[in-house]
Amino acid sequence: MKPIEAVNDFVVKFANVNGSGSASANELFAKAILRMGVPVSPRNIFPSNIQGLPTWYEVRVTEAGWLGRRGGVDMMVAMNPQTWDADVAEIEPGGYLFHDSTRPLPPAKFRPDVHVIGMPLTEICNAVYSDPRQRQLFKNIVYVGALSVLLEIDPQVIEKLFGEQYRGKEKLLASNVQALHLGRDFAREHLEWPLGIRVRRSDKVGNGIFIDGNSAAALGCVYGGATVAAWYPITPSSSVAEAFQKYCAKYRVDPTTGQNRFAIVQAEDEIASIGMVVGAGWNGARAFTATSGPGVSLMTEFIGLAYFAEIPATIINVQRGGPSTGMPTRTQQADLLACAYASHGDTRHVLLFPEDPHECFEHAAAALDLADRLQTPVFVMTDLDIGMNQRLCKPFAWEEGRRYDRGKVMSAEDLEAGKDFGRYKDVDGDGIPWRTLPGTHPTKGSYFTRGTTRDPYARYSERGPDYIYNVERLLRKFRTAATLVPQPLLRIASQATRLGVLYFGSTSPAMAEALVALEEEGIHLDAMRLRAFPFPDSVAQFIAAHDKVFVVEQNRDAQMRTLLVNELEVDPARLVKVLHFDGTPITARFITAAILKQVEAMAPKARPRAPAQELLK
Amino acid sequence: MTYLAKPPLHHPTLEKNRVGYTRRDYEGKISTLCAGCGHDSISAAIVQACWELDIEPHRVAKLSGIGCSSKTPDYFLGASHGFNTVHGRMPSVLTGANLANRDLLYLGVSGDGDSASIGLGQFAHAMRRGVRMAYIVENNGVYGLTKGQFSATADQGSKSKKGVVNSDSPVDLVGMALQLGATYVARGFSGNKAQLVPLIKGAIQHGGAAFIDVVSPCVAFNNHPGSTKSYDWVREHNEAVSRIDFISLETQSAGEPEPGEAVDVRQHDGSLLRLRSLHAGYDPTDRRKAMACMQEYQARGEIATGLLYVDPLATDLHTALNTSAQPLNALSEAQLCPGAAALDKLNAALR
Repeated sequence: MKPIEAVNDFVVKFANVNGSGSASANELFAKAILRMGVPVSPRNIFPSNIQGLPTWYEVRVTEAGWLGRRGGVDMMVAMNPQTWDADVAEIEPGGYLFHDSTRPLPPAKFRPDVHVIGMPLTEICNAVYSDPRQRQLFKNIVYVGALSVLLEIDPQVIEKLFGEQYRGKEKLLASNVQALHLGRDFAREHLEWPLGIRVRRSDKVGNGIFIDGNSAAALGCVYGGATVAAWYPITPSSSVAEAFQKYCAKYRVDPTTGQNRFAIVQAEDEIASIGMVVGAGWNGARAFTATSGPGVSLMTEFIGLAYFAEIPATIINVQRGGPSTGMPTRTQQADLLACAYASHGDTRHVLLFPEDPHECFEHAAAALDLADRLQTPVFVMTDLDIGMNQRLCKPFAWEEGRRYDRGKVMSAEDLEAGKDFGRYKDVDGDGIPWRTLPGTHPTKGSYFTRGTTRDPYARYSERGPDYIYNVERLLRKFRTAATLVPQPLLRIASQATRLGVLYFGSTSPAMAEALVALEEEGIHLDAMRLRAFPFPDSVAQFIAAHDKVFVVEQNRDAQMRTLLVNELEVDPARLVKVLHFDGTPITARFITAAILKQVEAMAPKARPRAPAQELLK
Repeated sequence: MTYLAKPPLHHPTLEKNRVGYTRRDYEGKISTLCAGCGHDSISAAIVQACWELDIEPHRVAKLSGIGCSSKTPDYFLGASHGFNTVHGRMPSVLTGANLANRDLLYLGVSGDGDSASIGLGQFAHAMRRGVRMAYIVENNGVYGLTKGQFSATADQGSKSKKGVVNSDSPVDLVGMALQLGATYVARGFSGNKAQLVPLIKGAIQHGGAAFIDVVSPCVAFNNHPGSTKSYDWVREHNEAVSRIDFISLETQSAGEPEPGEAVDVRQHDGSLLRLRSLHAGYDPTDRRKAMACMQEYQARGEIATGLLYVDPLATDLHTALNTSAQPLNALSEAQLCPGAAALDKLNAALR
């Protein structure tokens, strides 16, 4: 058995029990490698549970900077007897199995092609700690200590991280350092080290930052000027509202009065949440809610009202596995159609697709501007993979002096000057009408907002021509939206090709890696990353310029492809589905294999069959 | 015919209030409700109350849900912004609007279907949160726009126009408001404007969540013998337990009340509210007694009206959230955006 040999390019997976305190130790492990200048991409794979069920933490160490999930495990830190068999089975041949050897296991529980490292963690901890909680918590730090020896992670880096984490809590700091060295000393004395997989200092992290998408979106809402947040707790979006609270406490308290320049309400349900956002938007405050698929279902009636009555609203949808309660702690991109066409009647909504935390920040701020400019709901379509995992990304940027786009709001002066006010009248040709805010002028500019049909001056009307004027104007407005949303990004292949690929959101890092892998296989693809709906003209042009375009997405029904076919009237045969929907983040291996298979099917003789089949295993 | 505007002309001698408006300036479009509808009387009472309070119409935001009652905001305060939201969800929209701009006065108009059936949850939570607003339910016990189905406030044993007897227990919004923490709870009758106008004035001036249940007969579908929401039934069975005699924005004393007859309560903004008890021993500042009294009346098949409970020093959601005195919708970029330097610092902490 040849052990896997790799420097700065391997996957370690931790199998733990939920609620055992492993999360912070595992995060410490990932962060220590990052501090050594080596990019990491960690992912929490957790159950809908607080205590007792299995949970995993997968760390991809990747000097090349591939931040998508790789697939496959080179080292398993197997700390959960419940999932032992499956965890052991997942290890790549030649990989490593690290486990607590306090209680001996029969040989049948191991694999001959896996390098086994046993360490009596429970025994070590029981000898040193008497408090049961401490025994449990420090067991995690002890294995991090052992791993730092096995993988050659600099212990000083870990100690520095402890120092930052426990600043001012000297007792905690000392006991964590002690546990770390407990693990290190044992490993050095009793285990073979280093392993074939190792960490070596590098400089590939650059000025990148390490943060989760939900925090980033919340910060984007602070920078983007949101003052009202109404929400209802739902996985995986709750931490957006919690992070907004945290950042507001830091940045939005009036220094002289101590009063808050924000209002956050945890509503009784998602219906009330979006109702509050609509009320605040109607009244001129920037407002948002954060939710997930089931919440969007509940909000749908209000979304239709906001579309038709033309009220700004920002909705951050951290997508999870659907339908119904679905997979609350797994990731998908399966709310595209539900959001794009939310509510009864003819409706269409603006969707933004951030690829990572950096874009969660940017798109959240952009959504608040777009909602005001377009006077309509705007969705930020993130997902659990981006939202709840820390991701290495470009640092946040904000142009000093950047102004908010408050859109077309008529002032008291405008009204006083006799400017014609037709709330639903297109005066500028872009489909966007002017609005007034309540309380603006004593005698001019008031109107009655309603979800019923009306004429351009907001007067109730069920006349056919009034109705058609209004809904066609809304379509015109939607076309305007396509020019204002974040535009798609194009990556041209190194060789001219008739094949293209469209992708979006959290698929991005896996796609970047797959494109390189495909190129090594001789398959060249022009790639376009969609960043918003409605689609700008460049998307139709991209499709027209290629014979076949793969559409890579994380849902069963090819929802993005449906949107493309429906909105651009593209021949469906030209859009080839690449679908990943088991709830885990899509991998480069999956995309590469799926596209290879499709390309082979297109030109059977052009390619040998072996590589695709191998990759599909 | 809601798009019909009333002619703006009015008699030149029509009295103006202290902010220079006549009563006509508080009117809206011509009502499209049935002739004799109780809701139109409530609209008239709102017009009268706002005029008497010297409120500038554009400083009021009027919000409603869906139903006959929810159409009425188009028929009063034409210079105010109005929002006819979705069925049962006025409270949440009003909450958001209120958070955005605390300087306006908020009037929420709803019906018994809107608040006691589909919107029972939002009604309850708005009361709990203490959103500052005058929440008026125009309660007729019936669905008018869909032609005569029972609503959730219809009394058990009452008979529909088609002769169906209601077997469900009624939702008592007043009892719920009291239990849920509303700080101003009243019940009126659309047939008694003299009582209703001061109740609305008190609600508008109140510092927290004010709720008024106004029994408002439906002449088309719920005004027949066997109904307990008809004009005749309510006239015979309502009893006022208290009366608001005087509301003043002045802080000076309005003269001592006769001992035992009335009580003066100082409100959050320094104004004075004089309450006169019409029922021996009734104390409208005692929530628990008010609840017990309501239940006694209900058990007898009587309807207690008047100001049932008030906490004169009530505060609202803004106080609880410690929001800035400057309305949130008026804050500038400089007040909202932490800026590039703070972001650089934050980036550094994320490495």
